[in-house]
Parts: sequence; structure tokens; C-alpha cells
Amino acid sequence: MKKKIPLTGNAAFAEAMRQINPDVVAAYPITPQTEIMMTFAEFVADGLVDTELVTAESEHSAMSACVGASAAGARVMTATSAQGLALMHEVVYIASGLRLPIVMGVVNRALSAPINIHCDHADTMAERDSGWIQIYSETAQEVYDHTILAIRLAEREDVRLPVMVCQDGFITSHGVEPVEILDDEVVKKFIGEFKPWNPLLDTDNPKTYGALDLFDYYFEHKRQQFEAMKHVPKAYEEVAEELSKITGRKYPKVEGFYMDDAEYVIVVMSSTAGTTKHVVKELRAQGKKVGLLKIRLYRPFPKEEISRLLEGKKAVAVLDRAYSVGAEAPLFCEIKSALYDVKAKPVLASYIYGLGGRDTPPSLIRSVYEDLMNGNISKEEKYLGVRE
Amino acid sequence: MPLTVRDLLKREEKFVYGHRLCPGCGAALTARLTMLAINEPVVVSCATGCLEVSTTIYPYTAWRVSWIHSAFENAAATISGVEAAYRALKKKGKISKDVKFVAFGGDGGTYDIGLQSLSGALERGHDFLYICYNNEGYMNTGAQRSGGTPMCADTTTAPVGKVIPGKTQWRKDLTAIVAGHHIPYVAQTTLHNPLDLVNKVRKAIETPGPAFINVLAPCVRFWRVDPADMIKLCKLAVDTCFWPVFEIINDEWKLSYKPKEKKPIEEFLKIQGRFRHLFVPEKRHLIDEIQKHVDREWNFVLKMCGETV
Repeated sequence: MKKKIPLTGNAAFAEAMRQINPDVVAAYPITPQTEIMMTFAEFVADGLVDTELVTAESEHSAMSACVGASAAGARVMTATSAQGLALMHEVVYIASGLRLPIVMGVVNRALSAPINIHCDHADTMAERDSGWIQIYSETAQEVYDHTILAIRLAEREDVRLPVMVCQDGFITSHGVEPVEILDDEVVKKFIGEFKPWNPLLDTDNPKTYGALDLFDYYFEHKRQQFEAMKHVPKAYEEVAEELSKITGRKYPKVEGFYMDDAEYVIVVMSSTAGTTKHVVKELRAQGKKVGLLKIRLYRPFPKEEISRLLEGKKAVAVLDRAYSVGAEAPLFCEIKSALYDVKAKPVLASYIYGLGGRDTPPSLIRSVYEDLMNGNISKEEKYLGVRE
Repeated sequence: MPLTVRDLLKREEKFVYGHRLCPGCGAALTARLTMLAINEPVVVSCATGCLEVSTTIYPYTAWRVSWIHSAFENAAATISGVEAAYRALKKKGKISKDVKFVAFGGDGGTYDIGLQSLSGALERGHDFLYICYNNEGYMNTGAQRSGGTPMCADTTTAPVGKVIPGKTQWRKDLTAIVAGHHIPYVAQTTLHNPLDLVNKVRKAIETPGPAFINVLAPCVRFWRVDPADMIKLCKLAVDTCFWPVFEIINDEWKLSYKPKEKKPIEEFLKIQGRFRHLFVPEKRHLIDEIQKHVDREWNFVLKMCGETV
């Protein structure tokens, strides 16, 4: 029995955590993630889960405790945002380097300075090379579904990598939406029992985690990690397909919206995909050949699907809610790279939008399509909705 | 019943040969004695440092127990995660045996960069023992000063120069800082008497909740001493009262050793290359200042232990 209840994106993540009932959750509160841990702490207090909740003194220690707990043989989850993720940075690499299947909810938020608590993707973009799988969510429903999917994906024998489930700070995290929730038993059956590979707590067969690994072995170990990431697309498809059968919802790595005959396309991630869908429908009603390409799985980057879907389009605008100071914006850069091998290359435009939570209403998205349709395309990136 | 040398001889070593620590290394002996004292199944976490880099050079290890290194500042946070996992899995019936947890950090990883994660883990009350092998500086990176380095020591980031006589600050009292957490077991010791360390580890590991032992563990290269003099140095550290040895059990301070005759600090300083620059007539006042500070710290400990000053 599926039921639909009103939930915020944060509550959707916490609800998935309740159903997953992880062995250990270690976390430190940070806006706008705070609600996740407050809600989960209530579940712990009410005995709805039997998780050991480690309320660490910082995000650095929270991720460190996650690493210890995961290496010990526990199923482990956490959540963070912005400065918290930045403080974890060192240990984020350790989690993936030790191949620990930790699942972390990241509520995307701008990085200081200046300090700002609202949404952009600077925080997770800074971790894109850290060896974590990254899944971006458009809605609270996706947050819920992706979280359950992430547990299975992280714990696949051929993957064994940590996963970030991202959602937009305040926009998704605090906005209430109807979310279809699976039965507890269904989730339990879908994720199954966690079987650790080499747990520290198997003290009869001692294990070493994090040995000194110099020039004679380090490279080989990293090579194995890169290989594990290459297994992800297939593993992701299999897990997503299995989950689809239960939920009736599809989770392609990249999602096309009116893409088949589209000539002018916007590529975007997370909640802005929803706004863009609205604009696409309006413009389609006027007979304009516009489409949307939403990136769900950002790491590993689904280059093949993207180049296949964008080949032959007239013009493509890539919308980044992040930046790379002194270089092209991260998503734009990768889309451009993905298109290097295609024969019929679309004209490309880069837009930076929504930094620090700047509102991106349909009118701004419409202006991007208008730029594409009118050939108003420059080599320079444009800043959407900024006062110059 | 306190452990004796005879008891220890019957035990299987869990920290063994093949590591690349220097001859005369205080950290090596600290780890070996600690592991000898723990006969239960145990998981160890290590902060980044000499002990970590020299004992687990892939594909080898000197540890016959489960062991994890994560980063420099998070040995306490990492082991608290391991211990939380143990409690979770035990609660769920997935583990039945009793397991102990130990974190090792040098003074850099404990006095300085790791102090926050140590404090957090102590405050949360995880059941683990933290051992600080305190060699009074950052050895892994080449003899830099730490918050545990004593005044006037010659270090590479507080070098003796024409105008500055080495480190210009007093060391912080980490053991007292830890005691401020009011955890069930805190101790300070060194390698002057192996059974003192072993039995403190025993008490710490048998005490439920967090425990902490600060072990003065000389580094023969940084201190610039003959490796053969390591134990002699530890004895001088306690006999000059430079390093008081004591226990704090449930906030009760108890002195473990009081020298019959307190030796002057010169005896501890003069056999170490890192204090050599002090032994010229014009630097005499610095030795006097160090003596005054040692007296002050010793008197503090005596007072806390209810001993007559």
C-alpha cells in the first residue's frame, strides 16, 4: 500500500532514513539540513528506529565517525550542507578511498564568503571529484526515492562507494509537497540486510583500514576505485529499474522532457528542472520546439546519454547553480566536453543562475529560451537575474 | 590484581616486530605495552603520525588486531564511530562478544589538531581508551613545536636563533583539560616503569566509558639523546617532577609516584640536545624560569592529589 503524505524535502529524507533504520547515524546540525537530523532524532527518541545516533561536535567528526562505523561493519547515513560539507571535505575523500558505502543527504547551500544560507550547488560541486556518487533531486518525491535507491547502489558488491543524495536548500528542503511513501516492509525488503565486506569488528580476523600506501601501491588502489565508479552506470540502471517496478516512477540518469523534436534545449539540475518544465509546456503550447535535459546522476557523469540526447540540437543552454572562479562553470564545462565527439554540435551557451538562493522564476528561464531561439548567444557566460 | 611482568610474559604480543619506528622510540614501547595490557578483542584507531606511518606500510602491518587510520585530527571521532557501530550491532544481536576500543594519537594529534574531536568523543561518553603518546612535538613532519612542547625546546618551527631561545611558550596541561571533562578515568604516566603504564591501561580499559592516558614518550631524534637513554630520560622526567605521574579516578586525583628527593630540572635538560643552548652562563635565567614553572606545575598536582606541597 502506497500512501501520499505532505512532506518537505528534509522530512522526505528523514522518512526514508526511518524506514532504512541505519545502524549508525553521525551528524552535526547545519542549516538547511537541520530539520533532517531534528526529525531523525525524534525517531530515535521515540524508539521508531534503533539507530545509534552520534551527535558529533562538528561535521569533520561526524564524517569521521561515519567512516569508523562503516569500516566497523555498520550501515551508516548522515546529512549536511555547505560549510558542513566543506568541513567534512578531507574525510569525504577518505570515505570513498576506503570504499565505504555511506549515504549522505546533502541539502545544497551556498558556500561562504559572504555567508549565505540559501541554495546553490557550490558545496557539492566542490566535492565532485571526491569519489562519491552524486544524485540530484528535483522534488521531495525524488529525495525520498533517491535515498532508498542510494542505499542499494552504495552497497552493491561491484560498487561499494558512498553516495550523496542532493536537494535544493529551502526550495526543496523546506517546501511541502505530496510525497508517495512506500510501506516500511517494502523498503526493508528492497534494501535488504547489510552484509559488510571486511568489518573491523570481525576481531578474529583482524583488518587494517587506511594503511600507509606510498608510490608502490597507492596508484593501483586508486585505479581500483576508478574502476568501481565505472561499474556505477550499469549498477544504477539495474537498481533504478528494480525500484521503478515498485514505485511506478522512472529514474533515468538523465531525463529528457520534450526532447525528441526539440531544437532549443536547457540543461539543468535539481529544482530548477521543475520551473523549466513549466516554461517548456508554455512554449510548446505556442508551438516552440523547446526541451529540457535534467541531469539526475552527476557522478559518474552520464556523458554518453548526454551527447546522444544533445547531438543535432540547434542551441543548448547549460544552467549552472555553481561556478568555477576563473574557468567555465562546472556543468557547462562537462556538457561541452561531452559534445566534443559528436558530429552535429549544437551552439552552446553558459548561464550561471540562482547563486545564494537568488530566485529563478519562469520569466528568467523563458528569457534563456528566447536567447537560444533568437541566436542571442555569446561566448561569455551570462548571469541570470543579477544586477550588473 | 595488578599485572606483573610474569603475567605479561605469558601473553601474546599484539603490537609486533617489523615496524619502522626508530630504535629507542617511546611511541613503540607505549603501543607495545598498551596492547600487552589488553587481552580482550580490540579495535585500534590511530591518528596520522609516526606510530601510524611506521607500523602499517602497505602491504605490511605490525598490528595483530583490527586497526583503522582515517586522518590526523580524528582518531577519537573515528573510534567513536567504530564503538557506536559495535553498540548498534550488539543491540541488534549481530555481535555477541565484548570488544574494547583504543585510539592512539601523538601530542600533535591530541594537544592541537585533534583536541576538538577528542573533547567531543569524551563528552559523548563513548566507551574507549585514548592514549596520547606525547613526544612533545610533531615528529612525523620533522620536529616542529606542538602545544605540548616545553618552553625553550629547540624545534624546527620554533628554532633557537640569535634572539629567540627556542619555543617561547609553556606547554598546555592537556591532562587537566581532559580531567575537566569529568570522565571516569584519566592518568598521566611515562615509560619509567612499564608496569605503571600497563596497569593504568588495565584500569582504563576495565572502566566503562571514556578513559584517557597521557604518556610522555620520548623521541630520541627530536630530543637528541642516545636511544639507550630513553628509559633513563623517563626516570629523570618523573624524578625532576617535570612529568608527574598520577591517576584521576572519578575526579579523585592520586599521585602514583613521589620522588624521595626531587632532582633539579637541569638533570633532565642537560642530556638532551634540544636544550643544549641553555647551558651557557648567559642563559642561566631561562633554566631558573623552567625550574620555577616545573615547581608550580608539580605543586598543582600535589595539591590536586591532596599531598603536602
